[in-house]
Amino acid sequence: MKIRAFVLAAALAGLGMTAVTAADEPQAVRQQLMKKVGAAAGALSGIAKGEKPYDAEIVKASLSTISETVKVFPNHFPAGSETGSESEASPKIWENMDDFKAKAAKLGSDAQKILAELPADQAGVGAALGVLGKDCASCHESYRLKKE
Amino acid sequence: MGRRATRLLSGLILLAVVGAGAFWWLTKPAPWDAAHWEGLGEPDLANGERVFWAGGCASCHAAPGAKDDARLVLAGGRRLKSPFGTFYPPNISPDETAGIGGWTLAEFGNAMTRGVGKNGEHLYPSFPYGSYARMNAKDINDLYGYMRTLPKGANVAPPHDLPFPYNIRLALGAWKLLYLTDEPRVQVDTAEPKLARGQYLVEGPGHCGECHTPRDALGGFEADRWLAGAPNPEGEGRIPDITPGSKSIGSWSASDIASYLETGFTPEFDSVGGSMVEVQKNMAKLPASEREAIAAYLKALPPL
Repeated sequence: MKIRAFVLAAALAGLGMTAVTAADEPQAVRQQLMKKVGAAAGALSGIAKGEKPYDAEIVKASLSTISETVKVFPNHFPAGSETGSESEASPKIWENMDDFKAKAAKLGSDAQKILAELPADQAGVGAALGVLGKDCASCHESYRLKKE
Repeated sequence: MGRRATRLLSGLILLAVVGAGAFWWLTKPAPWDAAHWEGLGEPDLANGERVFWAGGCASCHAAPGAKDDARLVLAGGRRLKSPFGTFYPPNISPDETAGIGGWTLAEFGNAMTRGVGKNGEHLYPSFPYGSYARMNAKDINDLYGYMRTLPKGANVAPPHDLPFPYNIRLALGAWKLLYLTDEPRVQVDTAEPKLARGQYLVEGPGHCGECHTPRDALGGFEADRWLAGAPNPEGEGRIPDITPGSKSIGSWSASDIASYLETGFTPEFDSVGGSMVEVQKNMAKLPASEREAIAAYLKALPPL
């Protein structure tokens, strides 16, 4: 009995450790960061489409999330993290790291600029999302690979 | 003996000549009868502009990285890598010498729908006439008129860089015989106007299949894998399956698809990427009804 419990505990601990390691991998970290940006864009889109009422606090929080998140995003592409964990990162990132960082910085500074003159209504949020969406696309155009 | 050999030889030569003649006859460039391009009247420039964006002309014929108004200068400059070699889309601006300013409507229309160049030569199907073949004469006339209003550019694109045997233009006649058709790619309920319109846009001017449908060893579509996804011709990664069986977009509703084509955002708020970025920019310029028709057609496809 004791042995069985011990084995079970060890197995669980092992599982836990694997999970921790996986979440710490740069591939997983950067995927989480992109999901955060996506969720913030989603909140803005809900307002832009009129599915949610305009709410200045949500607009402010979403724009801050985007600008803060993309600031750290390019730090999670160390050598050796090119593939694995279903990474969709293109090898071009490591060939053109400066351009990749510049594109991330552009999204950050655009979000910052919009934050400074907070969009005051649904149409304003729509226009802002148009600007940010172009930044997303211009980076994904060169640096994101679809695998299926 | 000698006589027999001579007879055999002349027989073989005759056979070769007849064979070559038959090959030439079967595979010679086949422009439309002149009447196809007559009586179309003054082009409707507003429709021509819509056809222009639906057809994605700027994606290949504008300079790489061109933004906004620079995308209307169709002087060539991009490189298209493929398993058959590298293609250089030519200057199709209205410049009389570097571009196609000197082309008649019939010459333009035969290039678009029959893959026949101004000098009667076969064009390479990297120019997607295999899709444009489905376009009607009115749209071609309107597009022709609209493109004549665009700025001229003096750039001369280099010739295609293709290894043997792909550099033999005559062989393209055989390719056309095997693959060039203006028949529908799949059966959808064309009594439904939205589906009929979506089919026209996707299979014709939109030429979606050129990237989203896998090709066989000779570069023709695998007919039973229509829009089922394919390797990325430009390198790593894949061009996704866009049928209802797709792992990436099969769960999207028609309005999700239309909204993606308009804004570039997926329902999960990921964004458009890769070569689809250019396509989405073009699709965003179409009326909402056109994007809805495309979405309805994609949802009506056989799932693969």
